[in-house]
Amino acid sequence: MKLIAAMSGGVDSAVAAARAVDAGHDVIGVHLALSSNPQKYRSGARGCCTIEDSHDARRAADVIGIPFYIWDMAEEFHDGVVEDFLAEYAAGRTPNPCLRCNEKIKFAAVLDRARAMGFDGVVTGHYARTQISDSGKTLHRAVDHSKDQSYVLSVLTVEQIEGAIFPLGDTTKVDIRKEAEARGLAVAQKPDSHDICFVPSGDNAGWLRDRLGSEVGPIVDHNGVKIGEHKGAYTYTIGQRKGLGLTVPTADGSPRFVLKIEPVSNTVVVGAREDLAVSTMRGERAVWCGPAVTAQPQRGFVQVRAHGAALTCTYFFDGRLLTAQLDQPLLGLATGQAMVIYDGDRVVGSATICETE
Amino acid sequence: MVEEALIAMTAQLARLGNPSSLHTHGRATRRTLEDAREVIAKEVGCLPSEVIFTASGTEANNTALKGLYWQGRDKGKHVVVISSIEHHAIVDPAHWLAEHEGAEVIQIPVNADGVIDLEFLTQLVTTRGNEIALISVMHANNETGVIQPIPKVVDIAGEIPVHTDAAQSFKKIPLSFADLGVYAMSLSAHKMGGPLGIGALVLRRAVEIPALLHGGGQEREIRSGTLNAPAIVAFAAAAKSKYYDSAKVSELRDSFIAGITSALPEVIVNGLKADRLPGIVNVTFPGTQSDTLLLLMDAQNISCSTGSACSAGVHEASHVLLAMGHNEVSAQSSLRFSFGATSTHADVDLALSVLPDVITRGRAANLS
Repeated sequence: MKLIAAMSGGVDSAVAAARAVDAGHDVIGVHLALSSNPQKYRSGARGCCTIEDSHDARRAADVIGIPFYIWDMAEEFHDGVVEDFLAEYAAGRTPNPCLRCNEKIKFAAVLDRARAMGFDGVVTGHYARTQISDSGKTLHRAVDHSKDQSYVLSVLTVEQIEGAIFPLGDTTKVDIRKEAEARGLAVAQKPDSHDICFVPSGDNAGWLRDRLGSEVGPIVDHNGVKIGEHKGAYTYTIGQRKGLGLTVPTADGSPRFVLKIEPVSNTVVVGAREDLAVSTMRGERAVWCGPAVTAQPQRGFVQVRAHGAALTCTYFFDGRLLTAQLDQPLLGLATGQAMVIYDGDRVVGSATICETE
Repeated sequence: MVEEALIAMTAQLARLGNPSSLHTHGRATRRTLEDAREVIAKEVGCLPSEVIFTASGTEANNTALKGLYWQGRDKGKHVVVISSIEHHAIVDPAHWLAEHEGAEVIQIPVNADGVIDLEFLTQLVTTRGNEIALISVMHANNETGVIQPIPKVVDIAGEIPVHTDAAQSFKKIPLSFADLGVYAMSLSAHKMGGPLGIGALVLRRAVEIPALLHGGGQEREIRSGTLNAPAIVAFAAAAKSKYYDSAKVSELRDSFIAGITSALPEVIVNGLKADRLPGIVNVTFPGTQSDTLLLLMDAQNISCSTGSACSAGVHEASHVLLAMGHNEVSAQSSLRFSFGATSTHADVDLALSVLPDVITRGRAANLS
């Protein structure tokens, strides 16, 4: 096949590109420039798409022996990922920008452009697997569960999965680093990237404050009684206990947790730990990574964080909302996060959580 | 590199001697080097003592621009005039002078064909002539090949020093420092069949400008540093070589333009109505993005260029095309094709045979 390898400058995408070449594909390396004002250097594990990263990607392509180009996706990234991230926080939800990037950039803008140019698909260094079954190509967890990235890929449609190649899903990260070393790739020991790539300082709250302002608002209890003040509702997270700055103690001295963020009234609602419990979640904007979920309840697992636990549940889809009923309640679940349904290790699909109870 | 230059360079690499040394080996190298200087001087119509060797065309431009500015500033002149289509090796030092040395930079606009506006320059010299430290206008543009009216610039400038970046024109079209009447002119060896890493600033004799590099006092104390004799010898060999046949290259260029405009009538050949260098064709393909086209052409073993890239490697809209009236979108839909001394009709035919499919795919990718 003729493939575009998306090369971030990290070890994973470098080995993925090399493995695609070994598998006999005709591969071209592409580094996505996602910032119109890139930083010169990486600082630790933060950020990607610095000038240093694009250099690392180019050197990896040289060692692998494939052509290399840079594609400017800064505008698409800003509109589809950064703006979405800000809008979601402004609406009181907790978004996952990596998932949005896969949905709108890597397997949309890049894959579409690649296909139009005559390529068959896009290779990435994600830890996930695909399998060909009777119902087509399906998406599965990686063998290395600690590195599994199927959660952030759960927004891919069947058609996008058709064009996605994940060569690393059968290997552990430790072995990928050893393989990179053996292949002579200089990025073999480069630190993993964490955090949000477009917030290079790592200070998400500060970054949000700079862009959304820091309007003071009330912190109220579940009866609506004001018990404190906050400096910008979006810097709080559902389930957060520390840093609330509350001076009025509860009657029994038990701690308070953030239960709800109401952006319109700029209010943060706090309450007891048991009030955080969620037993049913519903999600909108459902995407199926294989056969569509129906109104017929099914048993499976739901995962609500990138590296969270898979929780046993019953799930169904009413044509508008995807519902998951948990066997055991979960504490602290923010709207805006993705709920990803698994059937064993197969990704069934996902939706954006809009209601919890 | 042309064969004569390659032979001259490798032979000189094997010889011992710093041209500034006084012993026999040093004097031998000095002699070879001065022979080379005379050859280059003859080829560009200047005196040997007017040739100052530098390590690149960029260094020659920086030396001229900064040196002539500092010289002018001492006389109370703080305006630097450049054209709006200069190479970054002029644009960036000019802006550096503005940011760090108190210069005011004024850019001469160009018309739709990429030729500078002489009316504008006349007006500027009339109203602010006594403030202008120097005027720098390139001899021919590197992206479009459009040749600029330098003798007219010199006429308008009067006593104001004029510099021209002639890196693109040397060996491609007739070039004479004396006939142009400029104060200073930059050359780059690798643009005319010589090696990388050697250039020259041709600077009128008796004009002394402040140096950028201080040290051993070589090159009229304007450019210190051990002279790179092997590269200089190769530079001269390339300058003397008859390898470049302008008529032949022009004919290839014209057949390419004829082919492309008949196959793809919607394309725009930039600067078509102006006098241009034989080997450069700059084409706008509406509805495409040039980095996509470059990738697809590259896959067919055809190398072409998109304006320029920033330090992160991201393709940017060409300031030259923007100055000619393009917008960001159409400027980013343009490719430069270069034809050289070794190009053939078969190369032109190959490029023409793959272009229609490349453009079709490029348009589809742009819509996706």
